[in-house]
Amino acid sequence: MLIPVLSIIVALVVWELVSRGGLISERDLPSMTASFGELWTMVKTSDFWHAFFQTVRGWAIGLGLAILLAVPLGIALGSSEFAARAFRVPIEFLRPIPSAALIPLLFLTLGTTLESEIFLATFGAFWPLLVQTTYGVHDVDPIAIDTARSFGVPRHAQLFKITLPSAVPYVMTGVRIASTVALILAFTAELFMGTGGLGKQLNYYGAFGLNTSVYAIALAIGFLGVGIHYAMVALERRVLRWHPSQRTTEAALR
Amino acid sequence: MLEIKSLGKTYVTGETATHAIGNVSFAVDEGEFVCVVGPSGCGKTTLLKCIGGLLAPSEGEVVLRGKIVTSPPEEMALVFQEYSRSLFPWMSVRSNVMLPLRHKSIPRRERDRLVDDALTEVGLAAFVDRYPWQLSGGMQQRVAIARALAYQPSVLLMDEPFASVDAQTRDDLEDLVLKVRKDYGVTILFVTHDIDESVYLADRIVVLTQAPTEVKEVVPVDLGPERDQIATKELPEFAQLRTHVYRLIKRERSGDELHGIADLDVTAVGDAGTVGRSGE
Amino acid sequence: MSPRLYRSLRLGAEIAVPILILLLWQLWTVHADDPKFPRLTTIIGEFQDLWLFSQFESDVLPSLERVLIGFGIAVVVGVGLGIPIGLSRWARLWAMPHVEYWRAMPPPALIPISIVLLGIYDKQKISFIAFFCLFPILLNAIDGVRGIEPTLIDTARSYGVPWRDTVRRIILPAAMPQIFAGMRTSLSLAVIIMVLTEYWSSANGVGYVLSNAKNTLQMGPMWAAILLIGLLGYGLNLLLSLVEGRVLAWHRGYRATASK
Repeated sequence: MLIPVLSIIVALVVWELVSRGGLISERDLPSMTASFGELWTMVKTSDFWHAFFQTVRGWAIGLGLAILLAVPLGIALGSSEFAARAFRVPIEFLRPIPSAALIPLLFLTLGTTLESEIFLATFGAFWPLLVQTTYGVHDVDPIAIDTARSFGVPRHAQLFKITLPSAVPYVMTGVRIASTVALILAFTAELFMGTGGLGKQLNYYGAFGLNTSVYAIALAIGFLGVGIHYAMVALERRVLRWHPSQRTTEAALR
Repeated sequence: MLEIKSLGKTYVTGETATHAIGNVSFAVDEGEFVCVVGPSGCGKTTLLKCIGGLLAPSEGEVVLRGKIVTSPPEEMALVFQEYSRSLFPWMSVRSNVMLPLRHKSIPRRERDRLVDDALTEVGLAAFVDRYPWQLSGGMQQRVAIARALAYQPSVLLMDEPFASVDAQTRDDLEDLVLKVRKDYGVTILFVTHDIDESVYLADRIVVLTQAPTEVKEVVPVDLGPERDQIATKELPEFAQLRTHVYRLIKRERSGDELHGIADLDVTAVGDAGTVGRSGE
Repeated sequence: MSPRLYRSLRLGAEIAVPILILLLWQLWTVHADDPKFPRLTTIIGEFQDLWLFSQFESDVLPSLERVLIGFGIAVVVGVGLGIPIGLSRWARLWAMPHVEYWRAMPPPALIPISIVLLGIYDKQKISFIAFFCLFPILLNAIDGVRGIEPTLIDTARSYGVPWRDTVRRIILPAAMPQIFAGMRTSLSLAVIIMVLTEYWSSANGVGYVLSNAKNTLQMGPMWAAILLIGLLGYGLNLLLSLVEGRVLAWHRGYRATASK
């Protein structure tokens, strides 16, 4: 446990030295202490927390909507090979569209509102979750299904008692990935469209050349990202603890 | 030629120390076929890994032709039980067999010859360009054996190599190993949990105790150099040896002397074909 | 129903559904008559004008260059670092805090800073893409190496295979499936970052065209740009799949038999 902590400390010290030592001008790269100091000052203002929670709100609603849409659809596609094949082409085409490309469209239609932010976050988070859910439902152990069928278990019961439970690990992985994407996109909407939150703050400080504040916000969003990531990992572990994971999920997307 | 002297292996995790191997000593002569059997979990694989130089012993030493083994010696080749985990799936059969030879300074023609000879010996000459996963379990294990043969070792270590194949394939593979021994003259140290197999193959059987493992007894096998799946197994000596080893292990497993039914030799093909206590 | 009937119905659906969707779009946009949502025919027209050759060289090529170079650097560094880190517990302890931090950090947060530090030209964009695309590959390379079947390594050791050969012929191929999974994520990320950085500040590239179209309120070129970006993403992904199919041909067969 010591080395990771040491590693972080070394990195912070290097940052400090590079900045104060003039390797990169202090104007371009505020020192570590200055950046953290600025963050500390910000954290004591209500403005900061207002923005912070706006970002979290955008992330949460975006993620929530994505789950509500992608999971049922994923179950449907995973259960019916017909449906999966029928919709394969549109999905394969829509999936790789970088959500970033939709920014101007949203700007001109929904405007610089929360709706834009949520739309972007949902759109981005939807696809990995859909893929993972579909895969999880599709990947159910055929022997388990056959066993259930031989005992006369009706199809809807098969779905709820066998297929869905076995798909849970995949869905959890999908939620974890989707959560990261949702945060990135919520923040992107804020940064590029000014829909509020920390992204708007970053834009504002950047426009005025207040570099230290820019770094402080970047640190804040970094911590938010890390915090969300670890919260999701913990959630995933929790859900899987009572789930008899019969197979290791491929960490297909990290 | 190969001496295992007071070998011990202890694993320490945190507070607890697990004595996998207590004190194992035995010797193997050149050209001998020695089988190692023991109750489940007695550290047979650990023992073989120590002998093969993959694990460092905590006590004692392994001496090969007078030199202490500290890392995998060039004269030894190891065949693992799980062939699917020891053959490289991205390489063809030929590449798999050739891999150990690449870093030896052998001219290319010689190297190819060794590979082809080894694959012919195990009967897989027609499958050189296939991938391991395209072959059956028994064939995959043959590839692993061919790889060991091409390496031209003087000692072949085999860790329960036929445990993962079906019974009929196992018979074929057992005969293959005997043939290999005859054709190549290698010394073989063969770990198994299958008592019948050990009696069928061995010149001597080393019976191990429970962990912390020691040598319980070394049983000489006097069934002659020519073995046959049917003829040899019909011999009364075969049954007696088998029973003897079985009893040794059974006692180890239950930890005390057994009496009663377990001691009745139901497999003895005596002159009268009766059930009774066999002479040991 | 008979299998043949089922299969033909399924094939029919596969073809019909996309066509239906496009048709619906055309009908809806004609009906809605909103300049913000031009008809399919208009979009395709714009697409042809814009991209097919007139602005291909000036915008598509620079964007492609940035993505490919940035991604390429990420692959080389990611694999190059991932293998030693995956093999050494000590290296992992040192590296993991940083890897975990940077992979969770949303890239756009650093765009303004990257411009301050690296300028607004290709150097900034390529470095930015390379930096953030590094982490999915690095993480997957580390996982791939750690997940290698120990018996494979034991086998190599017992035959005295020298370390360099072990890395080249055993560790790298064994970790490849996982590395490709990371590459897939990274490639998608590369396209997104390319668009974002060009949109934010650039003099050329598809992201620039997108931003320009928005600023001048030209819906046609804007939609054409969206279409192009989608195609770019799709095309690059396809390319990667093809490469993966070749390099990992053994893996598909292996998995098929291993799961029996």
